[in-house]
Amino acid sequence: MAVSEDDVRHVAALARVGLEPERVRLLATELNGILSHMDVLSAADTSAIDLHARGEGDGMPLRGDADPQLRLARPRETFAPEMRAGFFLVPRLATHENAAEDACATHRCS
Amino acid sequence: MRDAPMQLTAALASRQVGQGERSAGANVDDAFAIADAARAGREGLNIFLGVDRTWSRAEAERVDRGEAPERKQGVLAGVPVALKDNLATLHLPTTCGSRLLEGYVSPFEATAVRRLREAGAIIVGKTNMDEFAMGSSTEYSAYGPTRNPLAPTRVPGGSSGGSAAAVAAGIVPLALGSETGGSVRQPAAFCGVTGIKPTYGRVSRYGLIAYASSLDHVGVLGRTVDDAALGLQVIAGYDPRDATSVDVPVPDYRSAAASPMSGVVIGRPSEYYPESLDPRIRDACEAALDALREAGAEVRDVSLPHTALAIPAYYIVAPAEASSNLARFDGVRYGRRGEGDGLRGMYEATRSRGFGAEVMRRILLGTYVLSAGYYDAYYRKAMEVRRLIAGDFATVFASGVHALLTPTTPTPAFTLGAVSDPYEMYLSDIFTVTANLAGVPAMSLPVGIVDGLPIGAQVIAPHFGEHTMLGVAYAIERALGAGGTP
Repeated sequence: MAVSEDDVRHVAALARVGLEPERVRLLATELNGILSHMDVLSAADTSAIDLHARGEGDGMPLRGDADPQLRLARPRETFAPEMRAGFFLVPRLATHENAAEDACATHRCS
Repeated sequence: MRDAPMQLTAALASRQVGQGERSAGANVDDAFAIADAARAGREGLNIFLGVDRTWSRAEAERVDRGEAPERKQGVLAGVPVALKDNLATLHLPTTCGSRLLEGYVSPFEATAVRRLREAGAIIVGKTNMDEFAMGSSTEYSAYGPTRNPLAPTRVPGGSSGGSAAAVAAGIVPLALGSETGGSVRQPAAFCGVTGIKPTYGRVSRYGLIAYASSLDHVGVLGRTVDDAALGLQVIAGYDPRDATSVDVPVPDYRSAAASPMSGVVIGRPSEYYPESLDPRIRDACEAALDALREAGAEVRDVSLPHTALAIPAYYIVAPAEASSNLARFDGVRYGRRGEGDGLRGMYEATRSRGFGAEVMRRILLGTYVLSAGYYDAYYRKAMEVRRLIAGDFATVFASGVHALLTPTTPTPAFTLGAVSDPYEMYLSDIFTVTANLAGVPAMSLPVGIVDGLPIGAQVIAPHFGEHTMLGVAYAIERALGAGGTP
């Protein structure tokens, strides 16, 4: 299962990272090198393994469906890149962009 | 003459502070004096990423004045400690060794850190680490590599290399690190100190910035087995803020020092002693086994047949979880935001400029093995193999073996820059990743010197078998001496 440069561009898009073309080539080589060592797993007999099988006992207790009662030692404004009126600010989605508004466009994201 | 912290154990230092024979302030002053003498700063060993001497001194004075009496009477009263920079702290920044979190100060505190402070410990610094704990040498820190205090041309191991170096340099007797695949035990071995990875669920991960949540642990580094046991005693225990924390009683770990070895069965797994193993490392581990035999233990040859599959399985599972965990670093809620075109451009700019090469490699690898068409072949298969590896341990421990003894690493500390192939670097963890995959406790302690560099032996025990594990480690240390040399 060789990793192609298209594969690298695809997973980079999924992972929200931008890559220069030469970096794409390098990463394809590196990922192929790493994954070649993983092929040994395919020979392992795992037919007896059921990943959905539960162990004994009741499992982990569930937390109550309530606020975590976590008080922050400082307000979000002190570490968030950009906030206004209690909301994190982010750039507009490209599909919503309007050239006239683009320069100063930000909108609210809760 | 007053003992400097370099000679003091954490236990003795805290007793002296508690009894008023020595001040916490003096301990902190000495810690910084030793750091200066060792050239621990950026231009030297590069051990610390965050230090505020004035604040640490003020914290020590608060302990000395008894402002919080439980701290002055705590089992770590006035003991200087260092913390890996992926543990959330309220005063010092928490960068994870990444440019993306440069200057980030957490609005909450890790449970393990809070427990240390409540026991009287004084934080003297946040330590250097591989970015987001992804590495085995601390060379992947965005703030430059840490150097091994015992041999500055060598790496200290990683990813908790700064914490191991701080203990090895004598700056602190105790430090916290974190483990996903050996990141406490491997640097402990490379720096000649003791490092413990507890059972998964034994120590709260609340406030530990996640890398691979099913494998992550908070761990302890100490100069001696007893100091590491003391540190574990303080941070262990149930925490409702960590859903994977387990509510079982915490034994008195230091009482393991008195555990007899008669009747104890030590397993020697053949897969950890391959023909290719450096004979000097083999001999040092055999000497530790001989010491245990002389103390009354039985040593038995055992097999963990799926060990060879551990590195491939680990380097699928861990990157897969990392690709999910690190999705939160997108420049919206915290961290340094990159400037890009629109929302997606901002995400990409933030992450591409914020993450280093190794983090990027693991995020893409993890995304690839989770993506449609490859999930079953890689991720599902790796998870199944993980069960086989856990089953190996369960079978051996069910057969009457109480603990296993293995080398911690296949080599001593390597030279800075010597390992450039990613997979070759991954092989540094070949003897340690299995315990993370199985969730069992494991620790490394020094057992000898090779080419002037320390080497470690690893003791592995069943789930929640830390007391047994420490009993074995105490027995080895008694026989070989702290540091692995009489």
